[in-house]
Amino acid sequence: MKFTLSWLKDHLETEASLDEIVEALTMIGLEVEAVDSRAQFNAFVIAKVLTAERHPDADKLQVLSVDTGDGKPVQVVCGAPNARAGLVGAFAAPGTYVPGIDLTLAVGNIRGVESHGMMCSERELELSDAHDGIIDLPADAPVGTSFAAYAGLDDPVIEIGITPNRPDALGVRGIARDLEAAGIGTMKPWAAPKIAGNGACPVKVSIETPQFCPAFGLRLVRGVKNGPAPKWMQQRLRAIGLRPISALVDITNYVTFDLGRPLHVFDAAKVKGHLAVREAREGEAFLGLDGRERTLSAGMCVIADDNGVESLSGIMGGEETGCTAETTDVLVESALWEPLNVARTGRTLGINTDARYRFERGADPAMMAPGLDHATALVIELCGGEASEAEIAGEVPQPDLIVDFPFSEIRRLTGIKVADDRAVEILESLGFAVSGTGETVQVAVPSWRPDVFGKADIVEEVMRVNGVNRIAPQPLPSMGSVSQKILTLGQTRSRNARRALAARGMLEAVTWSFISEDHAKAFGGGKPELALANPISADMAHMRPSLLPGLLSAAQRNADHGVGDVALFEVSHLFKGDRPEEQHRVASGIRRGTAKLDGSGRHWAGKAEAVTVFDAKADALAVLEACGLEASKVQIEAGGPDWLHPGRSGTIRLGPKIVLGAFGELHPMTLETLDVRGPVCGFELYLDAIPAPRAKPTRTKPALQLSAFPAVRRDFAFVLERDKDAAALLRAASGADKKLISSVAVFDVFEGASLGEGRKSVAIEVTLQPTDRTLTDEEIDAVSQKIIDNVAKSTGGVLRG
Amino acid sequence: MTDLNTLETEILAAIGAAGDEAALDAVRVGALGKKGSISERMKTLGGMSAEERQVMGPALNGLKNAVGDAIAARKQVLKRAAIEQRLATEKVDVTLPVRLSPAEAGRIHPISQVVDEITAIFSDMGFSIAEGPDIETDYYNFTALNFPEGHPAREMHDTFFFNEKEDGERMLLRTHTSPVQIRTMEAQKPPIRIVIPGKTYRCDSDATHSPMFHQLEGLVVDKAANVANMKWVLEEFCKAFFEVPSLNMRFRPSFFPFTEPSLEVDIQCDRSGSEVKFGEGSDWMEILGCGMVHPNVLRSGGLDPDEYQGFAWGIGIDRIAMLKYGMPDLRAFFDADARWISHYGFRPLDLPTLFGGLSG
Repeated sequence: MKFTLSWLKDHLETEASLDEIVEALTMIGLEVEAVDSRAQFNAFVIAKVLTAERHPDADKLQVLSVDTGDGKPVQVVCGAPNARAGLVGAFAAPGTYVPGIDLTLAVGNIRGVESHGMMCSERELELSDAHDGIIDLPADAPVGTSFAAYAGLDDPVIEIGITPNRPDALGVRGIARDLEAAGIGTMKPWAAPKIAGNGACPVKVSIETPQFCPAFGLRLVRGVKNGPAPKWMQQRLRAIGLRPISALVDITNYVTFDLGRPLHVFDAAKVKGHLAVREAREGEAFLGLDGRERTLSAGMCVIADDNGVESLSGIMGGEETGCTAETTDVLVESALWEPLNVARTGRTLGINTDARYRFERGADPAMMAPGLDHATALVIELCGGEASEAEIAGEVPQPDLIVDFPFSEIRRLTGIKVADDRAVEILESLGFAVSGTGETVQVAVPSWRPDVFGKADIVEEVMRVNGVNRIAPQPLPSMGSVSQKILTLGQTRSRNARRALAARGMLEAVTWSFISEDHAKAFGGGKPELALANPISADMAHMRPSLLPGLLSAAQRNADHGVGDVALFEVSHLFKGDRPEEQHRVASGIRRGTAKLDGSGRHWAGKAEAVTVFDAKADALAVLEACGLEASKVQIEAGGPDWLHPGRSGTIRLGPKIVLGAFGELHPMTLETLDVRGPVCGFELYLDAIPAPRAKPTRTKPALQLSAFPAVRRDFAFVLERDKDAAALLRAASGADKKLISSVAVFDVFEGASLGEGRKSVAIEVTLQPTDRTLTDEEIDAVSQKIIDNVAKSTGGVLRG
Repeated sequence: MTDLNTLETEILAAIGAAGDEAALDAVRVGALGKKGSISERMKTLGGMSAEERQVMGPALNGLKNAVGDAIAARKQVLKRAAIEQRLATEKVDVTLPVRLSPAEAGRIHPISQVVDEITAIFSDMGFSIAEGPDIETDYYNFTALNFPEGHPAREMHDTFFFNEKEDGERMLLRTHTSPVQIRTMEAQKPPIRIVIPGKTYRCDSDATHSPMFHQLEGLVVDKAANVANMKWVLEEFCKAFFEVPSLNMRFRPSFFPFTEPSLEVDIQCDRSGSEVKFGEGSDWMEILGCGMVHPNVLRSGGLDPDEYQGFAWGIGIDRIAMLKYGMPDLRAFFDADARWISHYGFRPLDLPTLFGGLSG
């Protein structure tokens, strides 16, 4: 919402400075977004052409001698046909920025003649589109003084952001009312003029859809002359960014901004028959004032005559019945439109107008008839003519909301005590009627405040006008004890997973929650319920079923600009469906190129090799450990989801039912879909699948048991079939004597022709830790044999010869 | 006795001349071995008269000890020389660079770090951290938060929708973290003090808007929480978060459907240089929106607005991260550019705490 300072002062008597007004507006909730002091016009001065002579070297140019007021005539080259000796106009000296041509002037040389400035046209000053010649002022315009002051261009323009709850502030008068309440001046009285109508309005209005149009006012003015609006009106409209069109149209725009009352004018000669307010018929065509034809649908409210739709209710008038220079009889409309219907229709058709903006927020119903009278008076004043009586259809709803308001509510919600008298004074200055006495009063809400429903709204009115600044901060009472743990288990896991992965040299990424359909499908997603109906782009159209595609694409982008060895992770959510319980907290990570734990690339101490499934496995297990689950407790199963390499991936399970996640090298087809080049490995863990730890009564750790007897280590190498799991071998070995065997470690894996086709050798070191005696050779031999037997039984492995 | 003196001189000279442990051992054997010169003389003690023995005994023992000590001392000298010689051959170029510890290379994203900072501050004020789903219903995102159907306020949120289902339900991506207010009130009775960090979405994309961003919601509901308390919480938070001793904040009336009264908060700052400096300057920068929880929202949460009251606020996490740490472009947050993360990210052991300082 824009207005000028002088416009505001039409409604508000005030001595306050521009800065004071701006500050007050912001502090009462009408946030000033911009103030244009119009300083760009200060440089233009009124100047008089003393002489005008033909340019020696150009037919259409003249060389002017211009008196700018300082006694020293200036030479200016000018191409305007109306430039002549004696003309008084607007002069811009070198160094002046001329808005209409977006140029800062310099001393020019035009065909050999120096030019020290410029006599400006209206277009060059953005006063109008006129560019037929330079500005031609009355001869008595004071030479040497500010052109801006003379022409009223020094009127500062204030732009405020209006929140959707304040339709009353969409007119200058409403803003003035708020300022008066805030102590910035006094409202000037205003009353709608009485129109002595001559005869009934010949055009009648029938309302077929009272749910969309409670009331409708119409008046005919005969014998008007529709020329340009007066200069003051044009200037104000231009200052707020509107283009003057003609007096009749400009009046409707002016009243829209002046009183917040949108209007419409029909050329009565083009209206056939009477007007009906009705629902549009499905497929009905409407040619708007903007020259565009639109197809309407049922549910939209229109004004129609015998020819068809002539206006889209509360949004835009029609081209067919629009006013032109030839208009002699005009129908002035002032009506009430149901906000939701206006909003819906405007949104559906994509039409944004100043009328829609006001009606969908709620125009003051009490201003319908006065607005009609005011506009009629303006039409008669500016265009002449004779008015009929008003035709009023329907009934203007009377505001009847009265809120029981206990004064104590102010202190309860804001923490500050405002004197009861002061609260009443504020409310009354805003137009609320306060009645009753005592601790609770009755507050009647004015017709222009559709946003006020209850006590809290009234507290807001008192608070904002009284001054939010007056409320001193008060500490929130302490909870009275040392803070307890405040993170949920899931939040703690996310934090731990992040720190653990970053400590493994990985970089934390935050990637988009939505990815392309192809990428989603490549990772088991792409369900229709996870597809956005209005995505920003096809690349951001599906909720991600995994964090991996985002990380992999990011890795490739990094590789494309030279960072090929990159380790990225993300701890966030993925989506299996659109229900809250289908949103899962996961930790995922990828390593590309040679981005291994110890570093990447070449190094004098040994170059890093390409990443493999085992790098991803180590990352995954580190996350589990960080989340409080011992890596030794989980089972690793060969193979994983389809997007991983079938022979170089694993699934992490906890018992038969819980799948914690998967890791591996990426499937080449997956990489092709993602347009990512490897080597690359990754993992994804479902943090919320990890069972919660058992609650323990104390924090005591179990006592440390140290054996006084020496541990014994024995090595075994088993030859077994290539596809037997090392895990099975380890299980068999440790199962040989669970009490005695304290650890089993694989220290060598070997495959070679010497072992035979499809076979491998796995060498393990077994540690025997007795707790009550030193082991004898016989005991050690017995355990060793049992290990060999167990391994043979469960894996078919035989001791390597 | 001169005989012994001569012998001592000879042996000590031989010890001094021994160039390695083997030569030294030969001298030892020659003097103290079974048939060594000193040992042979010791054997003669038995055939001496008592008087003679009284003189020669101590003299020979003294010689034996002196020689023994000299050998031991020489042995140490030779050993040290040998070690020094070996060490000299083992010298390496210690200026060769080593690989960095992974913990030095890894980085935490600024958003995670800032959420941890926020958590540290609010935990000190007795708040818990709540969460909610990204995919929401229209009810939780709008209706329960007092956005009437078709109200222009809904249009201020450029909402991402999912396709309408057969039963007419249409899910959406939450446009703010406020739905968690309702979910929390449904799940928990007051007093409530929570903050809700999370992802939010609006279909809007330019230099300062990202279709995905992060918001921090706060909610306090009890029987007394008021605007004055809200001002205190937010002022304390901003001072602690930006780590400045004082901060000028401006609360001005505004509008949000889910709060009444509603306020927006600006921070005074100096934006004349390349960095934003708080606590000085003449610019006001909008930083958050807040207000008293609207009676209709309390009702949506199953609470009686005449009994319970409270306040709520929402603040852009990415935005305050940018302000504090100087990242110029929001979109870079989601690019996963390793160079950006390495530069603007945080070390894994940089854990923000109040006792150690949020940023060290």
